[in-house]
Amino acid sequence: MDDNTKREILFDNYTNPYNKIDEELDGYLKVNSNNESCIDNIDIYLLIEDKTIKDIKFKGEACAISTASTSIMIKNMIGMSVEDGIKYVNNFINMINEEPYDDTNFDEALVFDETYKQASRKTCATLPYRGIIKLLEDNK
Amino acid sequence: MNRSDFTILDNLIYFDNSATTLKPKCVVDKISDYYTNYPSNIHRGEYNISFKADDEYNKARESIASFLGARNDEIVFTSGTTDSLNIIINGYFKNILNKGDEVIITKAEHASLILPWFNLVNELGIVIKYIKLDDNNHVTIDNLMDVITDNTKVISIAQITNVIGDIRPIKEITKIAHERGIKVLVDGAQSVPHMKVDVKDLDVDFLAFSGHKICGPTGIGVLYGKKELLDELKPQRLGGGMNASFDSPECIILKDNPIRLEAGTPNIAGAIGLGEAIRYVNSIGMDNIYKHECELKDYFINKIKDIDYIKLLNNENDSGIISFTIDGIFPQDVGYYLNKYNICVRTGNHCDKILKDEIGIDQSIRVSLYFYNTKEEIDTLVDLLSDKERIMKEMLI
Repeated sequence: MDDNTKREILFDNYTNPYNKIDEELDGYLKVNSNNESCIDNIDIYLLIEDKTIKDIKFKGEACAISTASTSIMIKNMIGMSVEDGIKYVNNFINMINEEPYDDTNFDEALVFDETYKQASRKTCATLPYRGIIKLLEDNK
Repeated sequence: MNRSDFTILDNLIYFDNSATTLKPKCVVDKISDYYTNYPSNIHRGEYNISFKADDEYNKARESIASFLGARNDEIVFTSGTTDSLNIIINGYFKNILNKGDEVIITKAEHASLILPWFNLVNELGIVIKYIKLDDNNHVTIDNLMDVITDNTKVISIAQITNVIGDIRPIKEITKIAHERGIKVLVDGAQSVPHMKVDVKDLDVDFLAFSGHKICGPTGIGVLYGKKELLDELKPQRLGGGMNASFDSPECIILKDNPIRLEAGTPNIAGAIGLGEAIRYVNSIGMDNIYKHECELKDYFINKIKDIDYIKLLNNENDSGIISFTIDGIFPQDVGYYLNKYNICVRTGNHCDKILKDEIGIDQSIRVSLYFYNTKEEIDTLVDLLSDKERIMKEMLI
């Protein structure tokens, strides 16, 4: 993927993030994810039915990369089984950490395939993943 | 000024001086000299390099005392402003305050000043009163008078705050306070490195600052207290160096200040390095440093004030701290964008997490200046901030 395409995808997801909400949500599992070194701070809401991810939403404020990464993650993960969701999260984190990964179902998440080169952005890109993995592991 | 003392500036534009400052070669050399040539403990060695360490440690204290207009025994070495403030609040004020006593602060203070007081609210039931900030987010005497009551015991504020950057009228405040028996504790972290501060002229009761914000090393700071108040300050740490003798819990005799408040082996290299840093900034001249920063600040503000998407939080201040936001862009993304051009700025809430109650903004981009910054560096920054589309494009990848 070339840089211009990546910029377009990131910009779209940052300016129109998928399933971003402004109010608290009842009936969902909830986890907070924040970056200690900066001001990114989001709440992730997860709905699981029959071991399947039925819905994900998020609320809060974060930088362009964290927001875009959360939006893309949500698009990719809705509909996955909890088990596949865990695999997807681990593959994404492996990509960011330059470890071997399987990019099946990555789609727009491939915009982050070179984020490992930008030390300060690695924590931004993984912000939502570090939150949702806790909920998935607790509910597998 | 003095840019050749900072080789890192050959490839870097450093605008984060409120967070920490760069270190001149003489400070690094001074610390290296200690570790290389006389790395001894102080106080108790009967050999030459220990005398040398003792001598340099004491000279550092003398340099700092002279710099602040204080007595040598009123200067205590700590690990930094946070440490100093915690020692003062927990070692002195905690012992004299009672339930219902009032402490005056503002919502623009740093976490290191607010949180120890919050703790005493929980532990003792003291009450915190906030001075309302004016339209420029400054402290005014009128607004201070509005919150002083018969129960006010302490006024505890920064001389310059780290986001708004206004210089508070400390001398007037201490006069008003002392006429009413109120003590004044000043956070000098953002003022002592940037302007002439004379504790006797200001008549503050306590003052704290950090070494690393004045070209010194990290891990060293200063607690100033009037002698008679320091003598009432209960040591928060007991141990070696600070005791004269002991043989039972009933018989502990402590040394005099400032040693009494410096238990254990102190940060000797840090103190010696800080002493050198103080001599260094003094050689430039604090009035020259202050004047230079104000000129640069005015230059920067004049260049960006007409850019419609940039909102200044503090265009009326008198220090080298400029905080602003860019419409529609998260501050952190601006920091990332500028980093691509080797420009260092701070983004976020700058440890002022209740300031948003006053100014309605909880995060910003902060440019904080020092004597080694130049107009050319500001030109480079302004060029990069003058094209919003470019920021939006380049902040992503």
